[in-house]
Amino acid sequence: MSIIENHQTDGAPFSDNAKLRARNVQVFYGEKQAIHDVSLDIGANEVIALIGPSGCGKSTFLRCLNRMNDTIDICNIQGEILLDGENIYDPKVDVVPLRARVGMVFQKPNPFPKSIYDNVAYGPRIHGLASSRVELDEIVEKSLQRAGLWNEVKDRLHSPGTGLSGGQQQRLCIARTIAVDPEVILMDEPCSALDPIATAKIEELIDELRENYTIAIVTHSMQQAARVSQRTAYFHMGQLIEVNPTDQVFTTPQHSLTEAYITGRFG
Amino acid sequence: MEMNFNQHISGQFNADLEAIRNHMMGMGGLVERQVANAIDAICSGDTSSADDIIRREDEVDKMEVAIDQECTQILVRRQPAASDLRMVLAVSRVVRDLERMGDEACKIAIHALEVADKGRSEICQQAIRYMGAEVTKMIAGALDAFARHDVDGAIEVVRNDKLVDNQYAAALRELMTYMMEDPRSISQAINILWILRAIERIGDHARNISEQVIYLVSGEDVRHSSLTEMEEQASKDA
Repeated sequence: MSIIENHQTDGAPFSDNAKLRARNVQVFYGEKQAIHDVSLDIGANEVIALIGPSGCGKSTFLRCLNRMNDTIDICNIQGEILLDGENIYDPKVDVVPLRARVGMVFQKPNPFPKSIYDNVAYGPRIHGLASSRVELDEIVEKSLQRAGLWNEVKDRLHSPGTGLSGGQQQRLCIARTIAVDPEVILMDEPCSALDPIATAKIEELIDELRENYTIAIVTHSMQQAARVSQRTAYFHMGQLIEVNPTDQVFTTPQHSLTEAYITGRFG
Repeated sequence: MEMNFNQHISGQFNADLEAIRNHMMGMGGLVERQVANAIDAICSGDTSSADDIIRREDEVDKMEVAIDQECTQILVRRQPAASDLRMVLAVSRVVRDLERMGDEACKIAIHALEVADKGRSEICQQAIRYMGAEVTKMIAGALDAFARHDVDGAIEVVRNDKLVDNQYAAALRELMTYMMEDPRSISQAINILWILRAIERIGDHARNISEQVIYLVSGEDVRHSSLTEMEEQASKDA
């Protein structure tokens, strides 16, 4: 298959109340173009799911949103990504506080080799978000509560984070992300490595987190996308094919490629 | 490389969807014959087929249950989306309407026997013939529209249902005239009333099937829409 020439994204890629705006984003890994002219708004306090077959560019695009692709030497990005109207790729932008504002949760839970408490406290410490131990304790407790983990760990905060189960570790990573008071949380297949019960808990958590954060989630599970998101964006060969309300995408998708992918005619 | 989007990656999924479609059509064919035979029984006065219609009603019921279970299994195993989801939901709803049509055909057969028992009646025969022919065509039209994903064909069935409803109203007026003129005809007239009612209900179920065709093709749920609204939606989608 080849890319579609002059493709305009079907559906509703733009929002009035956008937290993040991507405009004409192109991403190259060396000579190879991975993202072709993607423009997309992510609305404030929405959960948007990014779906598509392996290699379609959804994770590459997600990593653009907090400049994680900067860590890849051969990666080159063109276009604009605006966070509250300011271009995050402006040379004046400091990526460290950016990545606190736009946090990320990865596929494989990656707690630091520290205690549960220190995993969550690490970010606030280095960003200077707490002026006292009492404040830090409050941040840790609030973050663990918001991540749905407090009751399970409150009596063992100083035990190793790596000693938790997979699902608990992932919630610890979410708590760590929340602790630095982000505005956006990016999730790259956060449940792929988890069992069904842990997955269900994370999905429920995503719904609760929406109240305070904007969330973009890459997922290979279409049922998960259907359950957790309000809008779904379908990527194909680096192009953004369609963006629509989630229930519409999964019942009456606009583009034939979206239909073919979600009905399992290719992938 | 040319991509074939007609087939799922899973051959079994293809086969499962094909199966519910074929089984539904098979059930539709049986119900169509049941209705046609029941109408013939009342119109011709030859009730020899009535017992067979009543006996085969059980077969129709079993088909509804079996096809619905197949649909449930697809929902459980495949969690279908988009057109596949609409297909499974549409088939599940259509078999319910087909089963109800089967019930109505059975009622017609039962009342045909009662009419014949009391002596052949000429009351409303023309209405019964006309409505009977119309609804038999409507069943075929609705199933054909489903098979061919034909929205225009489905809307045509909905139009014909209006004609059947009008004919039903006229037949009721005719029946009341008979009953007022000759109270001795009331007993037969009531049988005819039930038969007309059953035929009118078959038309409604054919309409319901057409609504599912529109849902299957366009994703629009037109179950409580007027004919005008359906026609407007169809011309927007065209």
